[in-house]
Amino acid sequence: MSENENGSSKRSDRWAAGVMPYAEMGYYEPDYEPPPSDVLCAFRITPQPGVPPEEAGAAVAGESSTATWTVVWTDRLTDYPTYQAKCYRVDRVPGNEEQYIAYIAYSIDLFEEGSIANLTSSIIGNVFGFKALKALRLEDMRIPLHYVKTFQGPAHGIVMEREYLDKFGRPILGATTKPKLGLSARNYGRVVYEALRGGLDFTKDDENINSQPFMRWRDRYIHAMEGVNRAQATTGEVKGHYLNVTAATMEDMYERAQFAKDLGSVIIMIDLTIGYTAIQSMAKWARANGMILHLHRAGHATYTRQKNHGVNFRVIAKWMRLAGVDHIHAGTVVGKLEGDPGAVAGYYDTCRLIKQSVDPAKGIYFDQDWGSMPGMMPVASGGIHAGQMHDLLHYLGEDVVLQFGGGTIGHPMGIAAGATANRVALEAMIKARNEGRDYRAEGWDILRAAAKHSRELEIALSTWGEITFNYESTDTPDVVETPTAT
Amino acid sequence: MRITQGTFSFLPDLTDAEITAQIQYALDNNWPCSVEFTDDPHPRNTYWDMWGLPLFDLEDAAGVLEEVNACRKAYPERYIRLNAYDATYGRQTVALSFIVQRPAEEPGFRLDREEVNDRRIRYKLHPYALDRPEGERYSERS
Repeated sequence: MSENENGSSKRSDRWAAGVMPYAEMGYYEPDYEPPPSDVLCAFRITPQPGVPPEEAGAAVAGESSTATWTVVWTDRLTDYPTYQAKCYRVDRVPGNEEQYIAYIAYSIDLFEEGSIANLTSSIIGNVFGFKALKALRLEDMRIPLHYVKTFQGPAHGIVMEREYLDKFGRPILGATTKPKLGLSARNYGRVVYEALRGGLDFTKDDENINSQPFMRWRDRYIHAMEGVNRAQATTGEVKGHYLNVTAATMEDMYERAQFAKDLGSVIIMIDLTIGYTAIQSMAKWARANGMILHLHRAGHATYTRQKNHGVNFRVIAKWMRLAGVDHIHAGTVVGKLEGDPGAVAGYYDTCRLIKQSVDPAKGIYFDQDWGSMPGMMPVASGGIHAGQMHDLLHYLGEDVVLQFGGGTIGHPMGIAAGATANRVALEAMIKARNEGRDYRAEGWDILRAAAKHSRELEIALSTWGEITFNYESTDTPDVVETPTAT
Repeated sequence: MRITQGTFSFLPDLTDAEITAQIQYALDNNWPCSVEFTDDPHPRNTYWDMWGLPLFDLEDAAGVLEEVNACRKAYPERYIRLNAYDATYGRQTVALSFIVQRPAEEPGFRLDREEVNDRRIRYKLHPYALDRPEGERYSERS
């Protein structure tokens, strides 16, 4: 597109030296129709008083693509309309005087193939500190299929993981070893063994278990794998323990991952804190070495939780699916951690579906085509217990890892009993659902009936009963699904 | 011991009526069922023997249960499982798989440990049943 074809009379002095509104430099194009290959972003913008929303949107487009604060003649050495991001739509947020959603389109040429680091350096690089905005939040992205195809994607994905574990038709069950800090390797492996023999599929290191003075990584791995193998012999089932390989350097992480592999582990884990490039490196390693890769989203709430500023978790989930992890913590709805039901459903869709459609009630702003990229298994962890099984199944579905840490290890009859209680509750709920029962309404009846042949479940229900965590979510979609009349 | 592979091993063994309800759920989802049997319960024994082909065109739950019962009659002392398969694009894998018969006695597994260098241990899971030839592994022998 040449300058003349842009046709705007405002553009006649586009190249005069000095400062010019971004909107007049071509970063606001309300008539622009993004081609299917553009990367699209929805930003929640809160402009400073006096800054028109279109100009604020254009400023975001400018600062996250080619612009600097003043006109530069060297733009004219490029086909600049291609490289300029374009704010093509600005919507007022319903019921909010301050906020707008700005839609911005970026040419796929702006991004290096297969690099989350490069993608994010553009999209969230400088612009979040921009003075003309009080606050800025990246709500959603449409990654064009052309760009999706340049990423590895999950090292294995949900289907391969299930086939590898030989576990079908129900959520996977896990637990995080507690206390998360302080156990010696020998005691730690005991928790692993008890939880797995009792009926869990996985146990897990916590995000901050790496290699501390009370338990070095190598000792933990050896004892955890003794627990895993013993439990396999006791149950005849495939079991695993997420060995956290998070460390200070890539060299350390590769060393730990290799050792986990030498011991026969089926799964390792990393923390979000290691950074996007390290995550992609580990995903590549996991694909090459037949290892399921679990990601703990440690640190995410520092930038995902506040509604007016940061990056929505659905975007992080999208990046992580591209980056290539197999598991990601994605919320529980009913547990102790933040999670609006609509928003969490949107995260789960982002993890699991092949195609997503715009859905305001789930906070989904764009259609997204994942091509044939496998899904990643969402993980629900934090303050959940057997008595919530019907709600968990209702909100989270079947392709999910349900992690009952306290809800396993805190069982009065012991860890194995806690695990059994969870497994019995889960299988009973799946069976009832498949039989066509209204399992959500009859949840407690189903659990109590199952407890008649499981003392472990009976005790779990009487210990935790109907403990719930009912707090308002801070991060909710702008649109609430209208309840259907009953 | 009780091998806990499959979707419902922590519940009491399913009755025929309960199995039929699960079959119906599978058929309602357009998941064809299949029946498989084995006397090698090693968790990495993926390929149990197929009791004929998957029942692609059988839309009657009672008909599927008949196949389960025919397999039970032929192999009364083996593990038998019922699978339902989802061929939907993006899934194309087993959607449900549960044990519908198990041997009266399940001897379980021996865990062999080989100590190798640097405190590492190499593990080997050995089903006791495999000490006898196929077909004679449980009390089927007369």
